[in-house]
Amino acid sequence: MKQAKERIMQAVFALCACVSILAVILICVFLFANGIPGIAKIGPLKFFTGTTWKPGNDKYGILPMIMGSIYVTGGAILIGVPIGLLTAVYMAKFCNKKLYRVMKPATELLAGIPSVVYGFFGIKVLVPMVRQLFGGDGSSILTASVLLGVMILPTIIGVIEPAIRAVPESYYEGALALGATHERSIFSVMLPAAKSGILAGIILGIGRAMGETMAVVMVCGNNPRMPAGILKGARTLTANIVMDMGYATGLHREALIATGVVLFIFILIINLSFSVLKRRKA
Amino acid sequence: MSKTRKIEAVLWRLLVNLAAILTMAVLLFIVIYILVKGIPNLSLGLFSLHYTTDNQSLMPSLLHTIELTIMGLLLAVPLGVFAAVFMNEYAKKGSKLVALTGITSETLTGIPSIVYGLFGLLFFVEACHLRKTLISGALTIAIMVLPTILRTTQEALLAVPDTFREASYGLGAGKLRTVFKVILPTAMPGILSGIILAIGRIVGESAALIYTAGTITDKFAAPLDSGRTLAVHMYLLSNEGLYTDQAYATAVVLLILVLLLNLGSKAVANRITKERN
Repeated sequence: MKQAKERIMQAVFALCACVSILAVILICVFLFANGIPGIAKIGPLKFFTGTTWKPGNDKYGILPMIMGSIYVTGGAILIGVPIGLLTAVYMAKFCNKKLYRVMKPATELLAGIPSVVYGFFGIKVLVPMVRQLFGGDGSSILTASVLLGVMILPTIIGVIEPAIRAVPESYYEGALALGATHERSIFSVMLPAAKSGILAGIILGIGRAMGETMAVVMVCGNNPRMPAGILKGARTLTANIVMDMGYATGLHREALIATGVVLFIFILIINLSFSVLKRRKA
Repeated sequence: MSKTRKIEAVLWRLLVNLAAILTMAVLLFIVIYILVKGIPNLSLGLFSLHYTTDNQSLMPSLLHTIELTIMGLLLAVPLGVFAAVFMNEYAKKGSKLVALTGITSETLTGIPSIVYGLFGLLFFVEACHLRKTLISGALTIAIMVLPTILRTTQEALLAVPDTFREASYGLGAGKLRTVFKVILPTAMPGILSGIILAIGRIVGESAALIYTAGTITDKFAAPLDSGRTLAVHMYLLSNEGLYTDQAYATAVVLLILVLLLNLGSKAVANRITKERN
């Protein structure tokens, strides 16, 4: 009796462990089965390299959205990485314990703020600010980049700060002994040693930025045209799905699911490189 | 020390200080801006049980959020905790199943919420014929937070000293009894802080829910009805552009909820480390 109960529960635990495997399989199967036929019908070349997205005229080219995602993500990285990296350096090597105990939860809090709240803040503060400073209507690649740059800060700091801490103290002491200043030892010796961790943080940041949806939709204009400059609007892959999914039918709908497939593959590649880097570090 | 080296050092120090100040300033600015703009707009009407075109009450959405969170946790917590128990307590070292679970759970962590939304729409809403209901939303979100709970539980289990297990076996307890009476209770605070983290994610989620749980908001919806959560409500309000004041108020409620959950998770986690020391 007791033996049977042990056996049954062990099987239950094992089954629970299988759920995440099942979930990934289901997600892949359902996305691909619903998205690939759409790509085939539209024609892969037309779908991936077409520059017009006009569902009314049966034109489904997603190149503008791919470019939109790349521009916005690139902008977010340009803004988020330097600030995030330097903040991580500050937290790991410059601040005292007391300050650290405030900053650590604060950066985590930054990750907890919902994306709609970021988006709303973007609409009310960033969009008018960009409009006043640079002209245009304010909903632009620049605005989205700034907002996303802030949103990926906690991700970047969360990966890079422990990576810097993990560099053996002897590196730092060695550099000091050779006559380097505190700053120089950190920037010329410790950061290069933490290279793969820093890269992993950047890659994870890219993944977050590319996958972000609501905040970008709220500040980026969402016009499905090829990006024409950082002060013009753009539509990202994620925005494409949210904007049209509510009313799309037929081929239009399939094209949107295919957009999801493209996004999914981008993210899988990004995550894979993150895991590889993490393993190599360990 | 030469002058250029001194200048270089000072410049670097200036840069890292600036970056740290900027990061903190951005956080403070966002939080204070939302609170200052939103709190004056909080009114009793916003907490009325019914949403009408005259009174954009956030109460139904708030209740839906709670309902959806409970359903999502009921699914994700047992699954995540049991999976972690299997991986840490039962599986042999180097087991293929454990490796595969680890990789897939890492994959799930990285998938953007809009892709979960798309999957939920295709699978739960359509293939399973659950329609756009709070149940569909809860199922979708349960998969989304599963890796969070799995990972935090694993960490908590790892922190339980082996002597506890040995003592329990030594007293004649079976494996199952040891897991439920000794290991899980000891790991509880860690698991709890993971659960609170998961609640925070559910409360803030919008992209995964808008096409799975739907957007209906006139009154409290049962699990098999469609209902929007607070974050979705907030998105729709600010998108319509008509109800800015109400959107500010909703943002405050959302932000305060998330702040409290974050602090709660931190407090629980801190208590563990204190007890350990």
